[in-house]
Amino acid sequence: MSSSFPSAETISRTELPNGITLLTYESFDSPSVVIGGYLWAGAISEDAQQAGLSGLTAGMLMRGTENRTFGQINGALESVGAQLAFRSGVHSAGFGGKALAEDLSLLLDILADSLQHPTFPAAELEKLRGQVLTAIQRRAHDTGRMAWLTFDALLYPDHPYGRSVLGYEETVSALRGAHLLDHYRAHYSPQGMVLAVVGAVSSGAVLDTVRSALGDWQAPDASPDQSIPPHVSLDQTRRESATVGGKSQSDLVLGWPAMARSDPDYMKAYVANTVLGIFGMMGRLGENIRERQGLAYYAYSQLQAGLGAGPWAAIAGVNPANVERAIQGILDEARRLRDEPVPQDELADSQAYLTGTMPLRLETNEGVVSALLDIERHGLGLDYLLHHADLVNSVTVEQIQETAQKFLDPDCYALAIAGPALGTA
Amino acid sequence: MQIEKHTLDNGLTVLLKESRHAPVTTFWVWYRVGSRNEVPGITGIAHYAEHMLFKGSRAFPKERVHKEIARNGGVRNAYTWLDFTTFFETLPADRIDLGLRIEADRMVNALFDPEEASRERTVIISEREGAENQPTFLLREEVMGAAFRVHPYHHDTIGDMCDLETISREQLWHHYQTYYGPSNAIAVAVGDFEAPKMRARIEQLFGPLVARAEPPPVTRTEPPQRGERRLDLEGPGSTAYLQAAYRGPAAKDPDFFPMVILSSILTGASGMNLSMSSPPNRTSRLYKALVEEELAAAVSGSLSPMVDPFLYNITATVRAGRTVDEVEEALNREMAQILAEPISEEELQTAIKQSKAQFAYSSESVTNQGFWLGYASIVADVGWFEGFIDSLETVTVKDLTRAADKYLRRRNRTVGRYIPQGL
Repeated sequence: MSSSFPSAETISRTELPNGITLLTYESFDSPSVVIGGYLWAGAISEDAQQAGLSGLTAGMLMRGTENRTFGQINGALESVGAQLAFRSGVHSAGFGGKALAEDLSLLLDILADSLQHPTFPAAELEKLRGQVLTAIQRRAHDTGRMAWLTFDALLYPDHPYGRSVLGYEETVSALRGAHLLDHYRAHYSPQGMVLAVVGAVSSGAVLDTVRSALGDWQAPDASPDQSIPPHVSLDQTRRESATVGGKSQSDLVLGWPAMARSDPDYMKAYVANTVLGIFGMMGRLGENIRERQGLAYYAYSQLQAGLGAGPWAAIAGVNPANVERAIQGILDEARRLRDEPVPQDELADSQAYLTGTMPLRLETNEGVVSALLDIERHGLGLDYLLHHADLVNSVTVEQIQETAQKFLDPDCYALAIAGPALGTA
Repeated sequence: MQIEKHTLDNGLTVLLKESRHAPVTTFWVWYRVGSRNEVPGITGIAHYAEHMLFKGSRAFPKERVHKEIARNGGVRNAYTWLDFTTFFETLPADRIDLGLRIEADRMVNALFDPEEASRERTVIISEREGAENQPTFLLREEVMGAAFRVHPYHHDTIGDMCDLETISREQLWHHYQTYYGPSNAIAVAVGDFEAPKMRARIEQLFGPLVARAEPPPVTRTEPPQRGERRLDLEGPGSTAYLQAAYRGPAAKDPDFFPMVILSSILTGASGMNLSMSSPPNRTSRLYKALVEEELAAAVSGSLSPMVDPFLYNITATVRAGRTVDEVEEALNREMAQILAEPISEEELQTAIKQSKAQFAYSSESVTNQGFWLGYASIVADVGWFEGFIDSLETVTVKDLTRAADKYLRRRNRTVGRYIPQGL
């Protein structure tokens, strides 16, 4: 089955002279095409007073160019059922879009226009700013999002991972058009840009279209920001509550600083995390907190290993009266993964799940785009999907335990709780 | 795009569609029961029963089912909604037999263990509490309650808290015995298989299941609405929301397709995916009137295909610094406009092209195809699904004028406003 996975044989990878890497994969099963990609223009280069800058800049790219107004861009896309959107992450600004195969050149033309010729119209900036400020206002009353916001700030103080890419009311209110233009000029560049195109268009035709749309782009004054922030460590438990009044449920995030995707521990932690909070119905956490104790609708874990060392965290949504029991359940499971070797058959189950679901993850054009971008971003090699199963299956019982001991300290963690003030629920 | 339809002797409908683009198959069983079939006192029972159907049987104890699916590289899930309860497994094509066996077993052998029922009650209450944290959930629940006085679309699928606290194991068991017969179900397989072999295997596993009595029909028809209904809901937060719910046609009503076009013009094309998420709608009339004019931060619409006449829902998030009154006034102006002037042929054709694109995107994943095929068969029939694009293409400007006049008047709607009270 793995022979049908995209690999060096079927993925075309081309580096254009201006620094853009193009990845294409043909799939003629549906008459559509999906694109995705990124540039090195994320929030990493913002300072704390400018939080939200990269997000606003990315959001403004399609709000007016030298050739088209916001209305014309949307009219061109939506009249053929196509879509395209930009958004910023911590490390990069990304984009994604889809169209019927016959409309790929239109999609790439608008992508290229938005990247090369944005004009950041002042009136459009105010429209977008109002939407972002409304989103920030909504976030303040969303327990799940407030738990994450609080957790990130707690685990990563004075660090890019501790700041919100969306920004804060005071920072977003203070940003001016000139800041956006500066950010754009400083960081948007074809150098290091990656574009993946997957769908019912031949690789040759995609290459021609991309060359004609983006091949001439030059940005000699821009410097793509590929910096990686430092690791952080915890020497004692940090706990903080964010009061979100009037709510029926509290959300909590409990976690630890973990590792980058490139870290040798990554594959072990990836499998260990599946045992802890994913396999079946949310792994051991789901079994303990939902199935056995009936405390929560969701209780799971997540490993965010990116270019830098992201967190490894457990997440649960519970009645405010049950917060402490849920925390105890999470810590008990962390302790068990450290203290007891995971039974061989339980490990084998998680491994079979991770390797066996790969065809499902690659079933759609979006799924393939996402896999190609992951491969490129982390330098995994075009045959990575063929090796994935071997890498997963090579993880041993001992390694799971060692990894849990290294990262999941039940006596030293960061914990954020968002919900009604305790005692008022 | 060939869909095979069979009916087994016990009444089970079987729909098969080969789709060979990936070595994956999805298998669904859809039951014609949802919160539409509930009465006060047991609201939420369809969803509660769905949870209980993950608690296993003698042949498939719950721990084993989760593990077997996962270790075979599959995913599984279930959904309960107003009109249906459905379960599926998507697996590597050579392992789909496991999904078939689990579903045949689930139809008749679930245990409904009393202790499990008791533990699951708090999980479901927690699910409802999580939903209550969202102002849009609270508003939708109030609006549905006001829009339907008689019909059971009156209450949300999650059910009322008082009922979740009191529904008994015996009531859950009765629900299972009443609604989970083969003649009340539709089995759907889409993926990498040979249809004759799949058909034979489904017959072998499901054929011996004994037919049950037809479940009681839903008889509570909603009377015509005679005037606008309005409500204000207060709750925590700083953001206001406006929901306008226009009584609309059922999926099988010929008016449904003109309403699809009208909803596309007003609030954007509907996504035809499992998550029901909609594509961007920045050229829609209400985006321009509300968001471009800086009154709302977002606006969305939904016209769900349903068994009985339901709602065309428009929801707007009021922009920080603006008021819900301002948003409602602008909405009213735009809705008056669509009644006053005919839609242009160009707008009609754009809406059709947008729907065609959504249809093409939806065919990428077999899971998504299984979802749509089953969903369509519950609310209408296979022909409705196969003819979806053709039906849209036959809509005329005159049809749009007639449908707008019939459905988009103020007297035909319920307006709900979420008024935030701060922390």
